[in-house]
Amino acid sequence: MKQKPFLLAAEGLNKSFDGFKAINDLNFYLTEGELRTVIGPNGAGKTTFLDIITGRTRPDSGNLEWDTDHDLLKLNEYEIYRMGIGRKFQTPTVFSDHTVIENLLLSMAGPRSIWHSLFGRVTAAQKERLAEILETIKLNTQAYRKAGELAHGQKQWLEIGMLLAQEARLLLVDEPAAGMTDEETYRTGELLLSLAGKHTIMVIEHDMEFVRQISQGRTVTVLHQGHVLAEGPVEKVQSDERVIEVYLGRKSKAA
Amino acid sequence: MTKAPAVSKVRTPLLIAMAVFLIVVMPALNAAGFIEDFTLNIWGKYLCYAIMAVSIDLLWGYTGLLCLGQALFFTLGGYMMGMHLMLMIGKLGSYNSDLPDFLVFLGHTKLPAIWQPFYSFPFAMLMVFLVPGILALIFGFLAFRSRIKGVYFSILTQALTYAAALLFFRNELLMGGNNGFTDFRTLLGANLREAPTQRILYIVSAILLVAVVAGCKWLTSTRFGLIQRAIRDSENRVLFSGYATANFKLFIFVLCAMIAAAAGALYVPQVGIINPGEMTTERSLEAVVWVALGGRGTLVGPVLGAVSVNALKSWATRAYPDMWLLILGGSFVLVVMFMPKGIIGIPAQVRALIAKMKNRGANSRQPVTTKQDAEVTEP
Repeated sequence: MKQKPFLLAAEGLNKSFDGFKAINDLNFYLTEGELRTVIGPNGAGKTTFLDIITGRTRPDSGNLEWDTDHDLLKLNEYEIYRMGIGRKFQTPTVFSDHTVIENLLLSMAGPRSIWHSLFGRVTAAQKERLAEILETIKLNTQAYRKAGELAHGQKQWLEIGMLLAQEARLLLVDEPAAGMTDEETYRTGELLLSLAGKHTIMVIEHDMEFVRQISQGRTVTVLHQGHVLAEGPVEKVQSDERVIEVYLGRKSKAA
Repeated sequence: MTKAPAVSKVRTPLLIAMAVFLIVVMPALNAAGFIEDFTLNIWGKYLCYAIMAVSIDLLWGYTGLLCLGQALFFTLGGYMMGMHLMLMIGKLGSYNSDLPDFLVFLGHTKLPAIWQPFYSFPFAMLMVFLVPGILALIFGFLAFRSRIKGVYFSILTQALTYAAALLFFRNELLMGGNNGFTDFRTLLGANLREAPTQRILYIVSAILLVAVVAGCKWLTSTRFGLIQRAIRDSENRVLFSGYATANFKLFIFVLCAMIAAAAGALYVPQVGIINPGEMTTERSLEAVVWVALGGRGTLVGPVLGAVSVNALKSWATRAYPDMWLLILGGSFVLVVMFMPKGIIGIPAQVRALIAKMKNRGANSRQPVTTKQDAEVTEP
């Protein structure tokens, strides 16, 4: 599996906030086309790690390579985005005053210059793609509604749709199932599975049911105190002593 | 998808009606003697203010940048025009010198080098746009690159305006000190003290206003407009959508500075004076009040706000000179409390009120039906 070059390689990352080590010597590798789930208790550094990848936070030390020859730590937010790294935030962040279709249009892959924003036209192919995405995220009847009026689950889906419009190579998905009903969670899982292979996907999640649904024998990474604690299929990871200890408190010591 | 995104609330018929009234009807009535020259002249001034108000709306209402320095750009444009007008006085000044009066008064015998090119009208026009534009470019570049946002941006623009006003009050700047420029005679050979010249200046102001509103209407309907409003609502998300938001903000900031400057350049020959008093922070704040009163984020609202507040001011300062500030403050409080959408929002508010009253009538008879209707619209 590790013969292929890595799409994303993090080595020796460190980041502390006021003495608290949010990320502690983190090594993490992702190959193209992979669907990786990252789990970990609160404060394990999952969101901080995403912040570092997307340029929101700078690490204190370490390397972060993209597609073998790009140093992500030298780029800012929008340059990283243009590399093909898209992010869905933990709380749905859509443009609530814009319609669903406008939200997708803003995320559409293509030039990002002022000139193009003034005089560029939406091509027929792009329109087709928009319709396709609306179909995928099941919002075709809501295309002209303001995103702020959508239900919570629909906002989450719209944000995933925005990643699709971007044609991102790597989708960073932060707790997609948060605040969703079981039905919606399941459908979100199905959606992510259907995208696996076409995109490289990294999902951060708490909900173990959901993790089992989407991992299906794929690698799951467990983060703890900013460090990779265990890696492997979900069954193996769940039976790992250290993981149990981290998740259930330090009971095993007493036992 | 073929449908244009609903961005601008400005209806084209409304814009055309406004254009015809301001550009054709008003001057025609003036030429025919139904509107006094004095009134038309005052309206020319209002329209210049309205242009500045539109530039504030484009920044504040559409991009979320509350700039308290638009009066600075307005005045700078005015000063550039003023420099040309001062030189056009020629020997007609009180000292019968080629130099502007204030320079003679300060003891100068030769025209300072920076004044020399302002004999040329095209050069002065170029400077009307370039000087405020470059100032906005430098200031905006520094502010946006450092990611200064929200209230901090507002305070900085206010400080910039204040600093500039202090600078212009000084005689050493050779810009007329606290008296500024006045006693203008001619513009492009036309006597500024004659009604036809003033009528043409009014018409030019009206055309510029309509062009600016139409241009902004187009701008806000493009994808640029979408990005602009997205920056207003959630700038971080726009950054994480691959847009260099600082460049977009800089573009709009410079554009708005130039719009305000053009308005200032037209204002000066109509009012006949320009001094640093126009540059003070109160001026900028007043202009923000026009936009808020008229209706932010609507383009036409600020025009209504600027014209109505200034018309009210002209009337009140004559009828009740002591009461003017109370009237302005009171109307601002009223609008903030009862009319969140400003003057332009009144029709919608009235319609909503009528619908509510009708609904209440229907409700008392058939409460069940209306409730079901409401539920049908839910997804």
